[in-house]
Amino acid sequence: MMNEAVKLTAKDFTSDQEVRWCPGCGDYAILKCIQRTMPEIGATPENTVFISGIGCSSRFPYYMSTYGFHTIHGRAPAIATGVKLANPELDVWMITGDGDGLSIGGNHMLHILRRNVNVNILLFNNEIYGLTKGQYSPTSKEGTRAPSTPYGSIDRPLNPCSFALGSGARFVARTIDTAQKHMPGVFKAAHANKGASFVEIFQNCIVYNEDVFADFTNKKVAADHQLLLEDGKPMIFGKESNKGLRLKPGTISLEVVTIGEDGVTETDIVVHDQTNRVMAQLLVELDRNVFPVALGVIYADPAPSFEEAVHAQANEVKAERGAGNLNALIRQGRTWEVT
Amino acid sequence: MSEDNSGSGSGSDHLESVVVRFAGDSGDGMQLTGSQFAVSTALAGAGLSTFPDFPAEIRAPIGTTFGVSAYQINFGSNDVMTAGDAPDVLVAMNPAALKVDLPLLRAGGMVVLDTGAFTDRNLKKAGFEANPLEDDTLAKYQVLKIDVTKFTLEAVSEFGLGNKDALRSKNMWMLGLMLWMFGRKRKPITDWLSEKFAKNELVRDANIGALNAGHAYGETAELSIGMKRYEIAAQEHEPGTYRTVTGAQAISWGIAAAGQLAKTQIMLGSYPITPASLVLHELARMKDFDIITFQAEDEIAAICSAIGASFAGSLGVTSSSGPGIALKTEAIGLAIVTELPLIIINAQRGGPSTGLPTKTEQSDLYQALYGRNADAPLPVISVRSPSDCFYAAIEAVRIALKYMTPVMLLTDGYIQNAAEPWLIPDMDTFEPIEVEYAKAPDDGSDFSPVTRDAETLTRHWPKPGTKGTEHRIGGIEKDYDTGHISYAADNHQRMGDIRRDKVAGIAKDIPAQDVDQGADKGAMVVVGWGSTYGPISQAVRRARKAGLDVSHIHIRYLSPFPANLGDLLAGFDKVLVPEMNMGQLVTALRDKYLTPTIALNKVSGQPFKIEEIHEAIQNEHPAQAAE
Repeated sequence: MMNEAVKLTAKDFTSDQEVRWCPGCGDYAILKCIQRTMPEIGATPENTVFISGIGCSSRFPYYMSTYGFHTIHGRAPAIATGVKLANPELDVWMITGDGDGLSIGGNHMLHILRRNVNVNILLFNNEIYGLTKGQYSPTSKEGTRAPSTPYGSIDRPLNPCSFALGSGARFVARTIDTAQKHMPGVFKAAHANKGASFVEIFQNCIVYNEDVFADFTNKKVAADHQLLLEDGKPMIFGKESNKGLRLKPGTISLEVVTIGEDGVTETDIVVHDQTNRVMAQLLVELDRNVFPVALGVIYADPAPSFEEAVHAQANEVKAERGAGNLNALIRQGRTWEVT
Repeated sequence: MSEDNSGSGSGSDHLESVVVRFAGDSGDGMQLTGSQFAVSTALAGAGLSTFPDFPAEIRAPIGTTFGVSAYQINFGSNDVMTAGDAPDVLVAMNPAALKVDLPLLRAGGMVVLDTGAFTDRNLKKAGFEANPLEDDTLAKYQVLKIDVTKFTLEAVSEFGLGNKDALRSKNMWMLGLMLWMFGRKRKPITDWLSEKFAKNELVRDANIGALNAGHAYGETAELSIGMKRYEIAAQEHEPGTYRTVTGAQAISWGIAAAGQLAKTQIMLGSYPITPASLVLHELARMKDFDIITFQAEDEIAAICSAIGASFAGSLGVTSSSGPGIALKTEAIGLAIVTELPLIIINAQRGGPSTGLPTKTEQSDLYQALYGRNADAPLPVISVRSPSDCFYAAIEAVRIALKYMTPVMLLTDGYIQNAAEPWLIPDMDTFEPIEVEYAKAPDDGSDFSPVTRDAETLTRHWPKPGTKGTEHRIGGIEKDYDTGHISYAADNHQRMGDIRRDKVAGIAKDIPAQDVDQGADKGAMVVVGWGSTYGPISQAVRRARKAGLDVSHIHIRYLSPFPANLGDLLAGFDKVLVPEMNMGQLVTALRDKYLTPTIALNKVSGQPFKIEEIHEAIQNEHPAQAAE
């Protein structure tokens, strides 16, 4: 056991491997933030496992000094599920991207969320395939020009958080690679949730898709284009903190209003209830041409985790039948003696 | 019936062996009837081998030929090793069953049929233009025409069931008659019915009533229709406690046993597929053991969850059939490159593609040996019979854990479903399987996950949760010393060599290839693997009895081959290789030893008949050619 007197630091979670992402890649900031956050949530290297698929972000485990498994494209959720079933005590983090997690691994993502396996899932969304040199991804905007779509992509993009909610996720959150103050809180909340925690991180690929999120991540526009959600607090945003979201009368939809204009007061603004699934659906799908981008914990309504239930069921059977005896088992049923 | 009693049709009472085939509509309960007959036969001490032969459709349209489900059982007082070539007795519950299975019956064999089912409508559905009961279709057979439908209704009328429900007991009536015919006891069946329908007394009583009525019919109608009672003596077995076991049971129990011997948790990740699902079903029940089962969302997730479990320090197991194994291929490569223990059970079926899901074949040998990208060797072990699955599974686990490697365990659809008597072993007599997890270096040096045993070349097994053995592994090539990512040219060569040598070295740790029958050199050897064991064994026995110099070698370890196999094969003038594929072992033997071989191939979805192999031995034997 870890000696409690020894306080761990980010260094204790940093491996000796040289980080090999492109200079200026958003992944660096996420890695640093995770390494800083680990000691704060009481994690230990020996009890922590980082599991990834394939892609730029999936190199992540090599840079952590914890247990790590860099697996195959899209399959990290299945590997992570196996790890948690084998040993529910391990603290498992899954690192994936928009191609890995939502294209080739979309099926596994659906099922790890629906089963509610207690894994913290960090999906680095840069809306592009980086490692394979810039093809469009399932989250790329329509019209994305890439080597495989020289005249612009045609298919409509997928909204990761909407997918997660639709898959039955009980924890859905969003943050931004450069938001060093915002990210730790989201990671801590994800870790505290005992089930599948889905976190979409808007991550800037400076080589193949630079500034694709700049319209809401740039410092200059951030205040007017980001809605930083807090449970129990009204959905207020804007430089002057005077804009907010309210339910459009007579509809199930949101609208942006200004407090102090047209008789709008703070009491008209929707108060964030993170257990409200319908509101979560509205928030993740806000059109960012008109609305701010909802960030933070969008939905959190905990439910028992899959692996916990699997082991509880097995323990019930064990309690009823006693520990399995193979000699007895293979002699059950009809047997006969030859003398 | 066995050749020594070829006159059985003319009325001999004591037989060495008999093949009975129960055939009817999918909904007639033939699998149940056959397996209960098998139980009763086993309890009487006869040797037996069974062959359930059912359609892929769960409920094909009633009365059609593609809905015919059959259960064949061969039993006798001598060594029964196959489900028998040609049935001696065919039980046909409807015209479609007669249509499909009559060609299998040996000339002079007996047909027992339910005339009540031979209605115009059923005849038409089966594709008969004329009623076979009225023309010469059945001329060369003994025929027992019984209106089982009518007798069953009479027998169960007292219970007040509707016609439809009452007729569900037809199979029990027929079973009663067959129990009488072969002198089998009814009690094991009535006990089973009482237990099965404990909560539905009406159904229980109707079934038992029908069973007793069928039996009584045999007794009372004997003289009037010339029915015979056959006596089959008990087979001489080694003393001990016996049970019947199917391949699916035995392989599941073998995995469970190995987990106990290794004191290691088993995690089965599986996805439903015929005929492999039976393993998932069996292990899912065994929650009182240290076994977790996980029905994954697909084949890939199934194997990946197993790999995840092995990474976490449990033993991952995955089970599937050819098409599913194909989907798992990339993940198998991951287990090979990360050197994690893993058991991959392949219950082979007819292919390619979806092929013949419920029929048997052994055509995934290429897939097991070669079916991965890059140089990715893994050990391949095969099973030869239902009870052999138990021991083969334990051996697969031993090798997987000792060498930190995925192991492919090849069984097939026939073995999964077939049953045979099994001398139940005492688990306390098995050698434990040693498992030791990696330890943190005590000199403060950096931990490497790829520290190897100099002799076996096995890396050690770090277990997450252990302080000091934290490490990162993955599908990217790793440095020989540190386990970190390495793209160095020399290192990749070295790691490729290690992967090859580690698996090749297992040849030193497996038993030398033995000769099952005959001398270890001579004019001819028949070489097989997997479920062809029974028919090859019997065919070789038959040929040897007739004076031919022929031996039988049956290979369990298909990769690596036993170290002496090449020399052994070189000692024979001719090598005959019967396989339920188009010649895959033949390729492997030629590849490894340049052995000239004669291929005998069958891909009909049915197991080999003894006679097919016997004939090939006769035709190809040097002694024949010399004449």
